[in-house]
Amino acid sequence: MSQISSVKNATVLIFPSIQRIILKSRNLPILPIAIIVAVLFLAIFANLISPHDPERSVKDTETGRPIDNYLPPFWMDGGSIRTPLGTDFHSRDILSRLIHGSRVSLIVGLVGTLAAGLVGTTLGITAGYLGGWWDQIIMRVTDAWLALPSLIFAIFLASVLRPSLWNIVIILALVFWSRYTRQIRAEVLALRERDYVRLAEVTGASRLRVMVKHILPNTLNTVMVLFSLTIGVAIIIEASLSFLGIGVPPPKPAWGLMMADGRGPLIAGKWWISVFPGLCIMLLVLASNLLGDWLRVRLDPQLRNR
Amino acid sequence: MRRFLSVRIFYSILTLWLLTIIVFTMVRLTGDPATLWTDYPGVSEEDLDMVRERWGLNEPQITQYWKFVSNIFRGDFGTSFQFSMSVTDIYFQRLPNSLLLGATSFLISLIIGVPLGILSAVKVNSRWDSIGKLIALLGLSVPGFFVGLCLILVFGVQLGWLPILGKGDQFFDIRYLIMPAFSLGWYFAGSLLRLTRSSMLEVLGSDYVKLARLKGMPEIVVIAKHAFKNAMIPVLTLAGLQLVLMINVAVVVEVIFQWPGVGSLLIEALLGRDFPVVQGAVLMAGAMIVGINLLLDVLYAMVDPRIRISG
Repeated sequence: MSQISSVKNATVLIFPSIQRIILKSRNLPILPIAIIVAVLFLAIFANLISPHDPERSVKDTETGRPIDNYLPPFWMDGGSIRTPLGTDFHSRDILSRLIHGSRVSLIVGLVGTLAAGLVGTTLGITAGYLGGWWDQIIMRVTDAWLALPSLIFAIFLASVLRPSLWNIVIILALVFWSRYTRQIRAEVLALRERDYVRLAEVTGASRLRVMVKHILPNTLNTVMVLFSLTIGVAIIIEASLSFLGIGVPPPKPAWGLMMADGRGPLIAGKWWISVFPGLCIMLLVLASNLLGDWLRVRLDPQLRNR
Repeated sequence: MRRFLSVRIFYSILTLWLLTIIVFTMVRLTGDPATLWTDYPGVSEEDLDMVRERWGLNEPQITQYWKFVSNIFRGDFGTSFQFSMSVTDIYFQRLPNSLLLGATSFLISLIIGVPLGILSAVKVNSRWDSIGKLIALLGLSVPGFFVGLCLILVFGVQLGWLPILGKGDQFFDIRYLIMPAFSLGWYFAGSLLRLTRSSMLEVLGSDYVKLARLKGMPEIVVIAKHAFKNAMIPVLTLAGLQLVLMINVAVVVEVIFQWPGVGSLLIEALLGRDFPVVQGAVLMAGAMIVGINLLLDVLYAMVDPRIRISG
């Protein structure tokens, strides 16, 4: 019984804020949501949508041999509508690679940030609420962790771990948890002085119960804002690692990798191999940053007029 | 002040020490470091044994760690495999180039970020404000390496105005410097703009600015003399940190433009499996950040007595 009611209470605590945000707000950021939904759609249905195999060269329908490499987009001289955004040096279709590449960016961005959020929030709440030596240890480690620029740290970890999609996820989680910890802990320090927390303690609630039921729901707004603002950085870091050749290994299509492939041709004037994935990264990061900003302002009324 | 200083220095040393532990464990958590350092096809077991012998990897972890830290303490990060030079020598050979690039990018980001931030705050919710917001957003959303590639395409390839790669023969050659510096400064301009704007807005709403206005001072004096000076304190703090960050996160931009700084050194070392250099560059980056944070803390305390008493 008590479990059911606690679950119910938790949902009541969490969902009104989300409901309020989604249902009752005017000027919903349509554009960012549209971009993110579109990218999600592309990533989920990549196999159905993409016209060609992203990892193999496009074959000529009559001869069965690969078509020319470095074909330009269809609106330029020599371009063909079969490969609307052109082909790369292996005659692979750029559009198909872009569609499949959205999976890498989304998986890495979402799962990496989520994992970082889980670890960081747990550590932040326990450090802030329990205090004492645990707090000291966590915060000193967090400080040391934050002393390394995230890109340098990610590169270092990539040099130690072998490059693969899931290792990149692990790397991002390892790099970004400390951001959550620092912020959540600061918030918990204020929360634990509140009357309802004190009351729960006085009535004999266990420390675990206080943390899960009373502290956690009240940090969720911050977690959500941090989450949405970290995704953009995470996607850029993934793209940077792939660009440097220490991210997702080829021939898997990742946007950063595609940009790196196009660097040589770009100097020869064949811009489309690098520029399209660059635009994709830009749009996705732009959308998540806009959404994050909007959330931040919605959830923090003090910022609304800023 | 002395107490404050010693506490801060103690924490900085503690942070650096933890950093060495993090780096040391991360390398060893993921398996045998010997295979990390000699990763080429057909490596024989004897070769691995030789590496283990040479690097003392057969010794207990504690002894290894002790050697690792005491070497760092003496400024000895080991010898590079690729260049057969000491890591410190290579690093300091490349550092001036990174400093040059960082300083130029820093100037660019200040020139874009601060005036636009002030303008957006003074004319809040106007068209200037919208432009400022757009630039800040683009700065945070468009990766520097994409900006770099677009610059190469337009100014290097299509127009042919600027050289595409490298640094030129002279130490300071603006034609080689301008594109990488802009790509790097781009991101930081966005965050400087945001901070300048919000800091200015806060100061403009404060009592002493209201008082200055009530006294009938001309608006330009209020903004330049009363608001600007005070709004710049947090901005300069961020700027100081950014200067150090720029030197260290320039990796991708340096690779694109083949700029011979510490960032491209890190990648060359990484791709060449030159582990001592990677480790050294990472530790140096951490040390620089810890150092600048300490410096900023101390400067802050000198300016604001409240901090040194409570801290």
